Formats: sequence, structure tokens, C-alpha cells
Amino acid sequence: MKFIHYIEKVSGVSVYGIFSLTLFVLIFGVMLVWAIRADRKMIDEISKIPLD
Amino acid sequence: MQTEHFYYDNKTVKRFAYAVLFWSIVGMLAGLWASISLFYPSINLGLPATSFGRMRPVHTNAVIFAFVGNGIFMGVYYSLQRLCKTRMYSNLLSSLHFWGWQLIIVVGAITLWAGKTSGKEYAELEWPLDIAIAVVWIIFGVNMFGTILKRREKHIYVAIWFYIATWVTVAMLHIVNSVELPVSMWKSYSWYAGVQDALVQWWYGHNAVAFFLTTPYLGLMYYFLPKAANRPIYSYRLSIIHFWALIFIYIWAGPHHLLYTALPDWAQSLGVVFSVMLIAPSWGGMLNGLFTLRGAWDRVREDPVLKFLVVAITCYGMATFEGPMLSLKNVNAISHFTDWTIAHVHIGALGWNGFLTFGILYWLIPRMWNTPLYSKKLAESHFWIGTIGIVLYAVPLYWAGFTQSMMWKNFTEEGQLRFQFLETVTHIIPMYVTRSIGGALYIIGALIMVYNLRKTIRQGHFTAQELAEAPALPAAETTHGRTYWHRWIERRPLQMLVFSLIAVAIGGLIEMIPTFLVKSNIPTISSVKPYTPLELHGRDIYVREGCYLCHSQMVRPFRDEVARYGEYSKAGEFVYDHPFQWGSKRTGPDLARVGGKYPDSWHYNHLLDPTSMSPGSIMPNYGWLFDTELDTLRTPGMIHAMQRLGVPYPAGYAAEANGDLARQEAAIRASLKGDKISTGANKEIVALIAYLQRLGKDIKAAPKEQTAIKDGGALMGN
Repeated sequence: MKFIHYIEKVSGVSVYGIFSLTLFVLIFGVMLVWAIRADRKMIDEISKIPLD
Repeated sequence: MQTEHFYYDNKTVKRFAYAVLFWSIVGMLAGLWASISLFYPSINLGLPATSFGRMRPVHTNAVIFAFVGNGIFMGVYYSLQRLCKTRMYSNLLSSLHFWGWQLIIVVGAITLWAGKTSGKEYAELEWPLDIAIAVVWIIFGVNMFGTILKRREKHIYVAIWFYIATWVTVAMLHIVNSVELPVSMWKSYSWYAGVQDALVQWWYGHNAVAFFLTTPYLGLMYYFLPKAANRPIYSYRLSIIHFWALIFIYIWAGPHHLLYTALPDWAQSLGVVFSVMLIAPSWGGMLNGLFTLRGAWDRVREDPVLKFLVVAITCYGMATFEGPMLSLKNVNAISHFTDWTIAHVHIGALGWNGFLTFGILYWLIPRMWNTPLYSKKLAESHFWIGTIGIVLYAVPLYWAGFTQSMMWKNFTEEGQLRFQFLETVTHIIPMYVTRSIGGALYIIGALIMVYNLRKTIRQGHFTAQELAEAPALPAAETTHGRTYWHRWIERRPLQMLVFSLIAVAIGGLIEMIPTFLVKSNIPTISSVKPYTPLELHGRDIYVREGCYLCHSQMVRPFRDEVARYGEYSKAGEFVYDHPFQWGSKRTGPDLARVGGKYPDSWHYNHLLDPTSMSPGSIMPNYGWLFDTELDTLRTPGMIHAMQRLGVPYPAGYAAEANGDLARQEAAIRASLKGDKISTGANKEIVALIAYLQRLGKDIKAAPKEQTAIKDGGALMGN
């Protein structure tokens, strides 16, 4: 039941930071490429949904 | 293609709109009351319920969860049906959602006034209400996803993505932060302790701002701004980038609330980096909103709805520029614990959330009641009074925060602190008065709106079931050019839910796992011992009265703080603190090392009448602590609970605890007697004195070398 010192050590804490930044850059990159290359007609169509 | 006829449910939207109007006034009045008590403490009338420590959580909870919460639901229930071209999934769930949420608000307000609090900022409500919130939130989620799944529009518009991300993240934050062990019907202890509790709390606290006050309102902006301006959003592509970047980055930024504290340094740095990155998506969203009005600025001049929306979006931009700046360690060293933070959040609350809600109400109510707004002139007046109110609120507090911080850090040529803490408080009281005037103006504006909308409602007739028509969603999809993964996902709400959850959960997990698992992050200090039973009772009283809302328990490693309060705080000092009580604001001085600084009689007199010990003090009297008896029947349960949470009391100690309690109580009463103060047996005041006298004492008992060795690891997490 104790949360304090549940596991004594985790090696390589720095991996967490590197992993997170890589993951972010990856997702952001893919999404950026998609957003830029997305079909213009479809984008226009979606952006008009609130006005229908 | 067959056109289907169906009805939009406006009744639920109407209910939420009424709730917004009602709770906005209640929440703001509670805020005004709390702000006045900072320069006129006797406004609490000597009652526990109306003292600052209880009014402040009532204000924050009412404004966040009642005013903005109902605002979210009002906007979502209106826009979601129209964006999906379908009625809400279930009338019953809509009704349960509405009444369940209002019930939570009412019971929440009563319990907070009664001092039932878990002692964690913005998550004060006790465990039965935490469960109720989870249940109502799930009802909302089922209703929302049911609606999205039966939609007649193949694309899911970006506003709905924001709603989905809001729902999933708030669920996660609420559940993780509310893990607590109940000891009675209205009392629980946080499962986490000290540094870990602080990290979880501010991961929650920051993301409550992000995913309760920001993302749902961005969703509303992406729907209601195009509606009000009658033109599509400036760049839909930018809105996609805005969405993914924002939800991914936001979740990491929590530790910026804990800079220079005993939190491990790597976690602090992670928080700073992501906080600075946040400016990009935030400003992307703001510019997307403002550019939507390109070529339509002439209409902004005439339309009060657009006026409110423009100022709201501008305030969003200001607050999200300021946020990353405040996350920089050198700026945070000045701003933290001061009124600067209060000013910052009110740019967001009054400007972004308040004005966006007002704009939506002015747009929505005439439409649902089929009538023009009763008075455009009154709406204009509301706009100007509200805007002046925001300026009068925020500017004095920026000034107060900066001034006070500079005074704290000021040394004489001889190397002595130049100002007593109290001098830095009395110096900024005129700013507190001006702030209250600004807040009062803002409320007057809101009251004008209530009157105006009431008149509008009176002159119109309400359409509860609004007829609409749309073709059924075709089974075979038409394609536009090439297909990409995002096109796949933006039509699938459940996959969207899963991806959003992954994006936010990864951030949370990576931030927290190492702190929970690595022993070296929380170095133990052998002289730090569990609280005695009497101190534990005193700690409960400290939490109940909301002392942490004005007093921090965290000495940062700065020259002035060490000179003023003593040795800086170490992570190992807080391992038995369920919940942690570091605080976030110093309206009064830090208490981390107050133990042993004054005699018992000083605390006794100070709590009875603070001005008798500190002339000019703005702390309220705590007269009721001198009459209320300590409930010692609770003691064994409290010890049991602490043992379950890992606090090392000896086995079977619960049965002996009250004996120790009586001995310590008698000793304190004897010491008071020595100063010619006689107090009755078993009074709460004695328990509180016992707790205050314990604060920071353990580390003083530690051998010097031991703390010195631990310092490096404790402070910087190396």
C-alpha cells in the first residue's frame, strides 16, 4: 500500500525527456505535413460546417 | 438523397444558460467578498464560513466549475448538435447531467463553507463529491459521444476535437488527483505525500486551467466566432496544428508552479521548456481567431457580441504570453507567491472566460428566443464597464505583486532585511482596495447583462424544440484527392479519443513516474518524524481553515528567504504530509520554520486577535477555535488512515494515540498557564498551536553534516 520508495531506482531518467521530445517532434512533424498538404476543397468544406 | 427532419434540443441549452447567469453572479460576489476581507478582515463577521480561508475556495470553485463549467456545457450542447446535425443522444442523460452538476455545485458550496476540504487548490471538494463529479462527467461523455456517433455530418469539425480532448483529459486529471483515503463522510487524506502530492496537484492544477478553462473555450471560439462574424475561421489548417500542438504541450507544463521548490530539478526544467513552447500554439490560436475578423472590423465597432469576443481572444493572447514568461525561473523568482499570479489568472478568468461567455450569451439568447437583443446600448455599457473593471482589477495587482517581491528581497547596506513582512503587506493595501473596485465594476457589468437578457427573454418566445433538416450520412464516402492518416482520424471520434488520451497521458506519466519511483528524488532525513496525534488534529484544522491559501510552507533557496525564514526547504521534510501544504501565495509570511519561533502564548493571542501581536495585520480572528472542542473520537481512525498511507506509526498505536494527545495537550496548557492564559480542556486552539510549533523543527534536530550531504540531492535532484 505504500507509495513511498515503491521501487528503489530507475536507471536512465534522461531517457524520459529524450523520448518525450522525440515523440512530440514526430507527431508535430507528421501533423504539420498533413495540414499543409491537405486537400483545399475538403478544408474549405469542413471550415464551412458551422455556417451551414 | 433523403432529407431527414429532426429537432435540436434547446431546453437543455436554456437550463445551462440560466445556470451560467446565476452562478456567475454568485461566484463573483464570493470573490468580491474575499477580496474585501484582504483590507477589511472584519467583513467575515467573526464567522468561520465567511473567513477568507473558506470564501476563497468557494469563489474559485464557483467561478471555475459553476460559472465556466455551465458555460462549457451551454456552448457544447448548442454547438455539438448543430455541428453533428443531430439531436443530443439522450434527453435523460442531458437532464441527469444538468441536475447532477447543479447538485454538486450546491453541496460543494455548502461543504466548503463548512470547512470540508481536501486542502488541494482547485480540487478542494471532498471524496463523495469527487465520486459524484466523476459520475456526472461520464454521463456527459456518453451523451457527447452518442451524439457524435449518430451524426449526419461526415467530418468532425475542429471544435469537437477540443471537446473530446477536454472530456478525456479532465477525466484523467480528476481521477488521478483525487486518489485519497476517506477517514469519515467528509474527510479524506491525499494518497500522495509531500513532493509527490505537490507534483500531482500542480499537474492537475495547471491542466485544469488548460483543459477546463482553455480547450473547451477554444472549441467554443472555433464555433461561435465564425457564427457571430458570419464567415469561416481564418485558417482551418492552422486550427489543426493549434489543436495537436496545444494538447500535447500543455500537459507537461505543470511543474512551472513549483520552481525553486523542493521538487527535483529535472522536473522543473521539463516544465519550463514545455511552458515556453506553449506560446506557439496559443498564439497560433489567438491569431487564427483575430484574423477571422479581417475585413470585418467595421462590424466589431457596432456589434457588442464581436466586441466581447475580440477582447476575450486578446486576453487569451495576453495571458498565454505572460504564462510562459512567468515560467522562466528568473521571472518566477520575482512573481511567485505574490499577487502577480492573481492578476495573471484574472486576465484569463475575467477576460478570456468571462468575456467569451458574455459574447456567447448575447448571441445565443436572442436566437433561441427569436427576438433581437432588448438593448444594444446596455450591452455596450456592459462591455465598457467590464473592460474598465478588468484593467482596474489587474493593473494594481501587477503593481502590488512586483512591489511586494522587491520589498521582500531588499537588504540594507549592513546586510539586514530592510522590511518586516508586515510592512510589505500594509504597503500594498491601497492596491487591494483598487482591485476590489475593479472587481465590483465587473460585477455591475454582469448585473446589467442579467437585466438585459431577462428583458430579451421576456419579449421573445422560446423554441424548445428547433426543427432542422439534413440528409442522412451516406454509407459510401466521396473522396477529395489523396487520403491521409489525419483524414482517417478526423472522421472517427473514438479513435480521436484514444489518440488524445495517449497524447496527454504520455506527458503526465513521463513527468510523474520518475518522481514516484526513484528513491534518490526524495532523500529521507532521519530526524523527520511523523506528526503526533495532537499535531495531526492541528493539521486538520489548518487545512479546514484554509491557512495554506495565505501562508506557504516552502522556503526557497534565496538569500532573502533564508534570512527571513531560515534554512531552505528539503524534499525529505514533507514525506508525511498528506496532503502537502506548500501553498501558492504569501499574503502572510511563510510558516515552514515557524515552529519554536514564538512562545505558545504568542500563537494563542495572535489567533484570538492578530492585531494584538502584529499591529496592522490583515489576518482574520479565529475566535471559534477557542470554544470548539477537539473531536478525539476521530484520533484512532486518523492514525489508521496514516498507517495505511505508509506513515510509520508503531503497530497498535491507534489505541494509544489519545493518551499521547492528552499528555501533549496538558503540556501546552501548562505553558500557556505560565503566561497567565488559562484555556479549557480539549480546545481546538491547542491542537493548532501544537501543529504550528512543530513546523520545521525536525530538520533543526538533524546533525549538520547529514542535512548538508542531503542538500545537493534534495534541492537539485542530482
